[in-house]
Amino acid sequence: MEEYANLRSIAARLRRHIISMVAAANSGHPGGSLSAVEILTTLYFKLMKLDVSQPRWNQRDIFVLSKGHASPVYYAALAERGFFSPEELLSFRKINSRLQGHPDRENIPGVDMTTGSLGQGLSAANGMALAAKLDGQEQRWVYVLLGDGELQEGQVWEAVMTAAHYHLDNCIAFVDWNGLQIDGEVSQVMNTSPLKEKFAAFNWHVQEIDGHDFAQIIAAVETAKAAKGRPSAIIARTIKGKGVSFMENQAGWHGRAPGQEQAQQALKELEVE
Amino acid sequence: MAKTATRDAYGKALAQLGAENEQVVVLDADLSGSTKTAAFAKEFPRRFFNLGIAEADLIGTAAGLAAAGKIPFASTFAVFAAGRAYDQIRASVAYPKLNVKIAATHAGLTVGEDGATHQMNEDIALMRALPNMTVVVPADGPEAGAATLAVARHQGPVYLRLGRPAVPDIHGEDYAFDLFKAPVLREGGDVAIFACGYMVHLALEAAAQLEKQGISAAVVNVHTIKPLDKETVLRYARRCGRVIAAEEHSIIGGLGSAIAEVLGEEQPTHMVRIGVRDTFGESGKPAELLEKYGLTAEAIVQAARKLMQ
Ligand SMILES: Cc1ncc(C[n+]2csc(CCOP(=O)(O)OP(=O)(O)O)c2C)c(N)n1
Ligand SMILES: [Mg+2]
Repeated sequence: MEEYANLRSIAARLRRHIISMVAAANSGHPGGSLSAVEILTTLYFKLMKLDVSQPRWNQRDIFVLSKGHASPVYYAALAERGFFSPEELLSFRKINSRLQGHPDRENIPGVDMTTGSLGQGLSAANGMALAAKLDGQEQRWVYVLLGDGELQEGQVWEAVMTAAHYHLDNCIAFVDWNGLQIDGEVSQVMNTSPLKEKFAAFNWHVQEIDGHDFAQIIAAVETAKAAKGRPSAIIARTIKGKGVSFMENQAGWHGRAPGQEQAQQALKELEVE
Repeated sequence: MAKTATRDAYGKALAQLGAENEQVVVLDADLSGSTKTAAFAKEFPRRFFNLGIAEADLIGTAAGLAAAGKIPFASTFAVFAAGRAYDQIRASVAYPKLNVKIAATHAGLTVGEDGATHQMNEDIALMRALPNMTVVVPADGPEAGAATLAVARHQGPVYLRLGRPAVPDIHGEDYAFDLFKAPVLREGGDVAIFACGYMVHLALEAAAQLEKQGISAAVVNVHTIKPLDKETVLRYARRCGRVIAAEEHSIIGGLGSAIAEVLGEEQPTHMVRIGVRDTFGESGKPAELLEKYGLTAEAIVQAARKLMQ
């Protein structure tokens, strides 16, 4: 367990940033940011090949946040990784800030794809994976994170077909399987289950893991990289709002900012890590 | 006069581009025979991607390829590109300024028998409203070929609007295409006809008829609707004092609107718009449709005579 102490403390920092950013902006999406903390922490601090001094380095690994509303966790990870100063995080969603409500690849160092309109990120990731193949870059990985509600978008399944059809084994898609979307439970709004079987039926390599467990995330990515000829889906069971007692598993905290007192309480809960 | 469809010229130019530039890739959505990307696909199979009948994914994948440094040309019918995939074009291409060339064929009424579902008369309006988008409507084969090469060199999102039928070759082989300059095809002092795409050769026909009636009409080929060559538009509006805009597109939001916006602010000028008058098309032969919907040389002549009164 000690093995992951460093990742755990980074994850705790990202969670505190998420709360501070959303509270300062009085706007933003804490729930789906908190559920993806371990996934982004593992990618940005353990797995991805990056050079913060050259954000567009042409050998880097790529990450597409298809569920662009989780920008707080993304910006927090990029800042902690050194793409820009963590102090800038508090400008999130404010006028004249680079840190737009949803990720903007034109202006934010480290952002690989502009997202925010759900359902489009896997297509873009596929395009980047195709380009890497054309350029003979076999050791370049393209990661993408999708929401479980987002899977209701038809375009996702167009892109799921495309990745399999073109054998994009350099494409690794995480699904943040937190079970919630804006209007409530995914299973109630428009059921997307069974996910494993769906991806498998579309000729993907599929794994199901605990999305808050670093060891499982790392192992799953290693397994995914070894799955030749097929794209990989990692369906990560998560808790929306993870780490903040009153936000956990509450659809209401999808896109609502905590008030001053709530933010203080959340930050206190997140200190113990 | 030789005739060429703009989509044929596009297909040919694309194959030429493929040989010249390794970074050019082509995507299609199960219409490569019709959009003429098939020639590129045959010669460069590794750089051709059929996405199937999935236009949202077509645009999104092209965006990803562009983000990784490729020069993607994405083709399908205009109605499925600009219409079906509008938000993908907006959010994944125009907003991030990605270097995607959307080459949309079968625009306008001249699609013919397929009818209203396939006759895209609103695409210029949709694409023109997008920040960062360049909108190009070639008039004939030589211009479509030259435009294909030019937009490949231009950095940024482009919507290239192409047609189904063969049109007379107005421009010669030696035509020097400038993406941002509207060529004046005929000088005149009484009325300025600004036309794009299929309507350009009809504008020339109309101008010839008008000359016989003692009316001197200038014809300007406004192949790039955005950014509009305002300088040429204003110069000819001032010179003639009467203008006509002619396009195979709705009178709402297209070339006529773009010109009216400029003139309204800088040089109010009496104007007539020739185009589809806020209605859907229907099945029929292209010539029959153009006649029925008033997109003819005769309609331009009538408009000029009205302006002269
Ligand atoms: C195309 C599109 N439709 C609607 C929205 C509004 N929206 C933002 S987040 C969201 C719910 C997303 O749920 P899910 O994918 O499960 O994300 P998570 O639970 O991980 O936050 C919706 C509907 C959007 N951003 N894009
Ligand atoms: Mg969810």
